[in-house]
Amino acid sequence: MPFLTPLEAEAFSLSLRVGAWSAVTSLPPAVAIAWLLARGRFRGRTLLSVIIHLPLVLPPVVTGYALLLLFGRHGPIGAWLESWFGLVFAFRWTGAALAAAVMGFPLVVRALQLSIEAVEPGLEQAAATLGARPIAVFFTVTLPLIAPGLLAGLLLGFAKSLGEFGATITFVSNIPGETRTLPIAIYTLLQVPGTDAAVLRLSLLSVAVSVVAVFGSELVARRLRRRAAGA
Amino acid sequence: MSLAVEISLARPGFTLDVAFDSPGGVTALFGRSGAGKSTIAGLLAGLVRPDRGRILVDGEVLVDRAVGIFVPPHRRRIGSVFQDGRLFPHLTVRQNLLYGAWFARRHASGKPLDDIVELLGIERLLARRPATLSGGEKQRVAIGRALLMAPRLLVLDEPLAALDQARKDEILPYLERLRDEMRLPMVYVSHARDEVVRLADRLVVIEAGRVVSAGPIGEVTSRFDPAAGSEAAAVLAVTVGAIDAGHGLATLDFPGGRLTVPAGRLVVGQRLRLQIRARDVAIATGRPEGLSILNILPATILDMAAAGPTAVGLRLDCGGTVLVAEITRLSAEALALAPGRPVHALIKSVSFDRPPAD
Repeated sequence: MPFLTPLEAEAFSLSLRVGAWSAVTSLPPAVAIAWLLARGRFRGRTLLSVIIHLPLVLPPVVTGYALLLLFGRHGPIGAWLESWFGLVFAFRWTGAALAAAVMGFPLVVRALQLSIEAVEPGLEQAAATLGARPIAVFFTVTLPLIAPGLLAGLLLGFAKSLGEFGATITFVSNIPGETRTLPIAIYTLLQVPGTDAAVLRLSLLSVAVSVVAVFGSELVARRLRRRAAGA
Repeated sequence: MSLAVEISLARPGFTLDVAFDSPGGVTALFGRSGAGKSTIAGLLAGLVRPDRGRILVDGEVLVDRAVGIFVPPHRRRIGSVFQDGRLFPHLTVRQNLLYGAWFARRHASGKPLDDIVELLGIERLLARRPATLSGGEKQRVAIGRALLMAPRLLVLDEPLAALDQARKDEILPYLERLRDEMRLPMVYVSHARDEVVRLADRLVVIEAGRVVSAGPIGEVTSRFDPAAGSEAAAVLAVTVGAIDAGHGLATLDFPGGRLTVPAGRLVVGQRLRLQIRARDVAIATGRPEGLSILNILPATILDMAAAGPTAVGLRLDCGGTVLVAEITRLSAEALALAPGRPVHALIKSVSFDRPPAD
């Protein structure tokens, strides 16, 4: 990219990578939880909903601090993941992806829950009478019918990741090439005098990527809806 | 196939407490909307859990609350056809048809796709998606989809209720073919008397969550029950014996004799069901002469019952077939009618399960 300095290009490609990973890896658990919230009848459903929605209302710094406590190298989950899978989140880009995923999770779950609730339960019942086990009903009927919501959730998660700042900088700090995503790079540049042009460039880039992501999701979702309607 | 149902269930503002059984054939659950018929269909399919009771199909326990048995819908092999079709919108007609067949492949007793497609006349629809089908076409595909899962029992829940008369007439012959050619046991839920008369072997009348009468269709419809609100009628299975083209009349044979009716589009050898309403039958003690009525059948009075403040209902044995007649109490007294007395039944009109001419 000729109009970006190598450092800026690095922040940009890191943001895309963090966004893609956080969106893709959070999708399966988001689908599972959205299904539980939409179709499940169990005690603690409200509690689950509250926990999922917490990152939406907590100060991002608090969420980042909680991640640090849980997923840090000495945190209960972080230490376990490192010793069993060699997976380290603290001060790595993977941690940035985790922070972005947690922050975007409530939005993605919400979008998926709404599209699962819109699936006519009669269709799932019909599938059951035709011999499909519940898991088969989910994969052959529910999942194809929520494809537009799935895609919308994916792109929403991606777009939201691009803007994540507070939890990320708290959890994985500001390391060039590792955790310095676009918003953190912009913030860093703002601390230095005489970088107005660079700040503007990166800000416009952020806007452009977000617009493309949201626009693309609208376009594909509309096509999928038309196909699902049988045209 | 045998079916035994004995269940009860309570929901806010509604209780269902029914028991009936069926030796096979087509059993109609008949009654007004809200009577609980569709809930019974849901109980059979496994989509609704009863509070108490048992459901047995072919001696296999599907539900027994007392011992905690509840076979989930996907292991019942009971095909369901719903009022609203419920075709999968994201699949083509062919994929819809094969959906249940794929899960039933272990049973491998089902008919091949081509046979079912031909039986239901849906060859030209296979590549299309449900949204582009008419209501009647959707229901035929829904029936085909249920058949291809090789069910041991087919439960049809008001399958024609959402369709207009022309579409109903389009689908009924296919259901008759299922009954007559595939000999598929069916539970047919409906509030339409004409559909029930045409299809059912046995009738279970449901009212406010209870069975008010049950039995072979001719027997149930021939009961006089002013409270039931439906008039008594005899249901006869007849065969077209001969056509008198000169007069435009057809002769219909049944075990108790023969009837002469306008031929319409009837063809020799055709089998059909017809209804003779009690009000359309008059009684004569001797064989009347000089009468324009064509159908006069000798019969014996089986029993008599009050059919209202001024009317008497008679059940007549006509060579093994039961006919019903409704006359005034005055006439019954004047003619000194009593059970066992031989009379002649004068049939003023015959209604067909399908219009013979149009």
